[in-house]
Amino acid sequence: MILEYFMLFLLFLMLALGIYAVETRDLLASVLAAGFISLVASIVYLYLQAPDVAMTEAAIGAGLTTLIFIIAVRKTERYEK
Amino acid sequence: MRKWFALALLIVLGFFLAEIASSFPFGQEKWGVSKHYVDRGIEENRGANLVTSIVVNYRGFDTLGEVTVLFLAATALAFLLSTCRCRRKYRRWDASLILKTASETLYPLLILFGAYIFIHGHLTPGGGFQGGTVIASAVMLMLLSYFSFHPNHRALSTTEGLAGLAFVLIGFAGLVWGGSFLANNILPLGQWNRLFSAGVIPLIYVAVGFKVGAELSGLITDMLKATKEEE
Repeated sequence: MILEYFMLFLLFLMLALGIYAVETRDLLASVLAAGFISLVASIVYLYLQAPDVAMTEAAIGAGLTTLIFIIAVRKTERYEK
Repeated sequence: MRKWFALALLIVLGFFLAEIASSFPFGQEKWGVSKHYVDRGIEENRGANLVTSIVVNYRGFDTLGEVTVLFLAATALAFLLSTCRCRRKYRRWDASLILKTASETLYPLLILFGAYIFIHGHLTPGGGFQGGTVIASAVMLMLLSYFSFHPNHRALSTTEGLAGLAFVLIGFAGLVWGGSFLANNILPLGQWNRLFSAGVIPLIYVAVGFKVGAELSGLITDMLKATKEEE
């Protein structure tokens, strides 16, 4: 039961982070929030007994994509106008 | 006006997605092809990780398509970056000592871990895609901490091509000796839960691991080198 409430908390955390990532003007914070969503999603996948998907989400979503977006932010500008 | 249109579109999309999701019998008795996978998958492929059996054997052709899509995306990105005349010059930079020391220690370990993931793809969670991504993130770590770190681009693309070729050749071997493309009866299946088991599945996943690792490493190198030019 506690685990289910924890999962519910994680799902709402993902929603909140998604809204923050869209709304914030700091693009670096936005990219990090998007990466954090992937990290939380991988925990949820692990709870749903899909370790393969969890690994993919953690490696690609939280790792590589975040880093590639950080390169893009560094190449352009950090703050949205 | 456009906002309302987007909202209406979202509502329609959400409605149909909810409709589809509610029609799936979650946690109920499996039926059709998924029942076959769950009941007979281990018997037919001897892979301890059923997900790998499905991805590489039953849906092996789809995986070949996925690998091809990844290859096309990497090629298109390399083409775009090579035609781009927007190269800005960056001064030579130096990463902090902590980052350098940490990535020097982690680099071989991460490569080893990636190789472990794709070699044990048929036994433990993970496989070629995950292992390849871990290897690419190791390369990325080195690229971020050392300005002078240059992976050999020719070696990377050769590895990538050979690994893709190996995948297709294993598929054709199945067609010639096994009766269908990517058939899993050309090698002995071995004993369940052993490293050398599950027929061609580990071979294909090793090829996929090499291919994805080399491809993503090359892609990241291309992207980073497009931004930093030595002065």
